[in-house]
Amino acid sequence: MENIRIYVEETEGEFREVEAPIDMGLSLMEILKASEYPIAATCGGMALCASCHIEVLEGDAYKEASDAELDMLDTLPVVSDSSRLACQLRLSEDMDGLRIRLLATEE
Amino acid sequence: MIHTDICIIGAGPVGLFAVFEAGLLKMRCHVMDVLPQIGGQLSEIYPKKPIYDIPGYPVVLAQELVDNLEKQIEPFNPTFTLGERVEKIERLEDGAFLLETNEGTQCQAKVVVIAGGLGCFEPRKPALEKIEHFEGNGIDYMVRNPDKYTDKRIIIAGGGDSALDWTIFLAEHTEHLTLVHRGSSFRGAPDSADKVLKLAEAGKITLHLNSQVTALHGNGVLNECLITDKTGKASKVATDYFIPLFGLSPKLGPIAAWNLNLDRNQIQVNTEDYATNVEGIYAIGDINTYPGKLKLILCGFHEAALMAQSAYRTVSGGKKASLKYTTVNGVQSF
Repeated sequence: MENIRIYVEETEGEFREVEAPIDMGLSLMEILKASEYPIAATCGGMALCASCHIEVLEGDAYKEASDAELDMLDTLPVVSDSSRLACQLRLSEDMDGLRIRLLATEE
Repeated sequence: MIHTDICIIGAGPVGLFAVFEAGLLKMRCHVMDVLPQIGGQLSEIYPKKPIYDIPGYPVVLAQELVDNLEKQIEPFNPTFTLGERVEKIERLEDGAFLLETNEGTQCQAKVVVIAGGLGCFEPRKPALEKIEHFEGNGIDYMVRNPDKYTDKRIIIAGGGDSALDWTIFLAEHTEHLTLVHRGSSFRGAPDSADKVLKLAEAGKITLHLNSQVTALHGNGVLNECLITDKTGKASKVATDYFIPLFGLSPKLGPIAAWNLNLDRNQIQVNTEDYATNVEGIYAIGDINTYPGKLKLILCGFHEAALMAQSAYRTVSGGKKASLKYTTVNGVQSF
């Protein structure tokens, strides 16, 4: 498989398709930043700042959060049941078709 | 008042190495950091994590790298102000800078180097309407002085260790304590979670699980919070204090008000000497940005070296620095 497709909510109900390679070991946060979405990702991918907080609207990617990630999510005032830190999602084949919403865009 | 050639804001690896590069050019440094110890996020957040991309070290633990840097800059006798946050920078008539911390410590320096990394870690604030109106008038983001809450009604929000610990500690002293947690269980230390549940069972505190504080009421001073649960049921709880404990998140802090050109909360610099738009102020390491920027410790080290050459001109009154190899000259301590 070459690339997968991720769908990012732009405005309510409207999605933009983002194509992402899966052979480079990138995280979802990295591909979102590269696609110029306004997420800070301040800590650089260590699950320390939650500034890449997203909600998975469709897809199974929320099943395997690590303890470090759950701990960080737990400190946030607002999370949903399918909240994730994009930096902790390593792009893989089974994420093809994932639909997400950004929850931590920069002010 | 501290007098120095260069005042470095940030005692992370890049700030520390800047002391070394400045020292080779005989410039004295004073280092200030909001954290109580040196090392920045390496010591504070991941001291035991291995780092693999420091040249010459196949692997080094974060704290080990900090310890080594400390040893490396020892010959240059840097001075430190730790546990204080630089609030103000002011330019004096002679072109030097006067810096002042939140504790009133003052430092006068010819050059300022901002090596602030991610910025300051500040309490995360819940998105509630008018929350800023009640800051200091019923809302506290951290518990500084527990005595303040004696015989008062307080509401704590959060599910992490600090929310649990403070709930246990304050339950005894307050008139009434309400703990509001978004989740249905606690991920904090099982021991603390257990104690909190027991306090609730015994009626010593009121526990709202699956709930959030959704509105704040009061005329100038907070007197009531609206607590809403997942099903949408809302209840009004009268209170004297609301303490949201949602952890810390990195913020640029006072730096944002220093007239520096910013791009997405990072300081813009040129790549010739990592100078900012304000003459005499440099920014190096994770806090700066320029085309092609990589947030790597090793890039910060490089930036520190170039910054020092440029800063020398200011510190020495216009002289050009000459490049000194440590293999030829060794390290001349002072």
